[in-house]
Amino acid sequence: MTDRPAVEAAGLTKSFGDLAVLDGVSLAVARGSIFALLGRNGAGKTTIVRILATLLRPDSGRATVAGYDITRQRRQVRHAISLTGQYPAVDALQTGAENLQMMGRLSGLPARQARTRASQLLEGFGLAGAADRRVAAYSGGMRRRLDIAASLVARPAVIFLDEPTTGLDLPSRQALWQMIAGLTGHGVTIFLTTQYLEEADQMADRVAVIDGGAVVADGTAAELKARTAGYRLDLVAAGTAAYSALLAALGPRALGRDPGRLSISAASDGAAASVRALLDHIDPDRTLVATFTLHATSLDDVFLALTGHPHQQSQVQDSQGRPHG
Amino acid sequence: MADLLLARSGTVPSRPGGPRQAAADCAILALRSIRLATRRADAMLTALLMPVMLMLVFGYLFGGAISAAIPGTGYVTYLAPGVVLTCVMLGASTTAVTVNGDATAGIIDRFRALDINGAAFLAGHVSAAALRNAVSAALVFAVAVPMGLRSAASPQAWLAVAGLIVLLILAVSWLAALGGLLVSSPDAASSFTFFLMLIPFTSSAFVPVATMPHWLQAFARNQPATIIINSVRSLLEQQPAGTAPWLAVAWWGGLTLAAAALSPAAFQRRAR
Repeated sequence: MTDRPAVEAAGLTKSFGDLAVLDGVSLAVARGSIFALLGRNGAGKTTIVRILATLLRPDSGRATVAGYDITRQRRQVRHAISLTGQYPAVDALQTGAENLQMMGRLSGLPARQARTRASQLLEGFGLAGAADRRVAAYSGGMRRRLDIAASLVARPAVIFLDEPTTGLDLPSRQALWQMIAGLTGHGVTIFLTTQYLEEADQMADRVAVIDGGAVVADGTAAELKARTAGYRLDLVAAGTAAYSALLAALGPRALGRDPGRLSISAASDGAAASVRALLDHIDPDRTLVATFTLHATSLDDVFLALTGHPHQQSQVQDSQGRPHG
Repeated sequence: MADLLLARSGTVPSRPGGPRQAAADCAILALRSIRLATRRADAMLTALLMPVMLMLVFGYLFGGAISAAIPGTGYVTYLAPGVVLTCVMLGASTTAVTVNGDATAGIIDRFRALDINGAAFLAGHVSAAALRNAVSAALVFAVAVPMGLRSAASPQAWLAVAGLIVLLILAVSWLAALGGLLVSSPDAASSFTFFLMLIPFTSSAFVPVATMPHWLQAFARNQPATIIINSVRSLLEQQPAGTAPWLAVAWWGGLTLAAAALSPAAFQRRAR
């Protein structure tokens, strides 16, 4: 099992009534890595997680988790994984310790070991001081930490975290990132979903971008950034007529546009020669472009390029095989 | 941190599954539900105050008007079983809302991911509900005695009364728990109360069926609530109960079994 991916999915589809939520999702997650599934609300992230965690059955397609088939070996899959969803799965009226002890007992630990395990986890997640307080009195960040701690009671091999930091303020989010990053090792695999590019960028070894129920790109954060040519050239047109002319000249290479500010973005490799060539090509008389700035591509740009403008998807895919232009 | 939290070197918990696992899960979840119930002040207050209130209101305010129509031992003795039924129905609404709270929160996914049996999940809730309702029922009798409940029933008859009430509580709690699992929101679960309250009011709980409109009498006389209430009354008043207690056992036992049998499927279906 060592060299098999911790999670492997091929052609997963799922519809709810007429609504096709997943339209052939394929992905692979290496054992011991942190994998981020990046997408907007409604992109199908939660549906994928629920299918992989055996809570939903796919309409078609196959997947294995920890080497077990998610439809034929549900029981084995369930023993190997943990799932922390978007909604809190701890009791507000029990204390932190009581919640974890209960999960320990339900996981099959004898009472004494459930207590030991609970205090271990409370310690590890910085909740030892709040162990005997009811969860109702916890802050959002503490509650989320307890929630994740509760999912680790049984020492899962694959940990699913569905939007672990949604709704948290920045300090709590950063604290949680550190804790999640600290969980890797011993072959434990973390599969998280997020709407935050920053989160995927900071934490994940690999990122898959999902949009419209399909994976539109996947790779390391650096690879994804490289796909949109590494740099983004922002042009500000000299006037409305110039703006239209530039847009026409750029054609599909215009990645983003802001008519209000007369600005257009295009992908670039950042080299002076190619920037000069591009400007000469679209503005031979040197009258249309007023100013330009060059930015290193953020994962945000990748995301926008991949999902924000569906008609440009083909153009981005082209960039894998051949240079723009 | 990973060393401490995830290394599989410590005792790796195991869940062998099967009926023993289900029984263990049920016990753990029952303890949870009981603990949570004692911490829900409003539900606890309802469970404790409602029996007292209903006995006082019906016994003293309405009792004078109604007792003329009651043959035999007096209205308090007549009333007590009806108030027990009403309290059980009110308690059912708490049960449905509590189960729905679990079902609409993330915790049900965690339970399902642990492979917890749906019947064990609901049985945990039913255990807590049964305990809460048993306290309510005991309170009804605790208030009824100083109000004038008189019964020379034998210990065996009292035991039979207790058995019937426990069966009623189990059946209604299972049905409420199943309902709470199936409806979409806590609001929907709490609107159960309305329908559940129709059951005592269309039975012999408060007034004799003979005083009801004719079109209602056939239903009121034969519905399971009337059957069990009349059985309890007969036992308390040492009247011959005939086959009514057995019919009550068949009705409410059947409903319990049906609800329990449906619960694993409902549990799986819950998250679609």
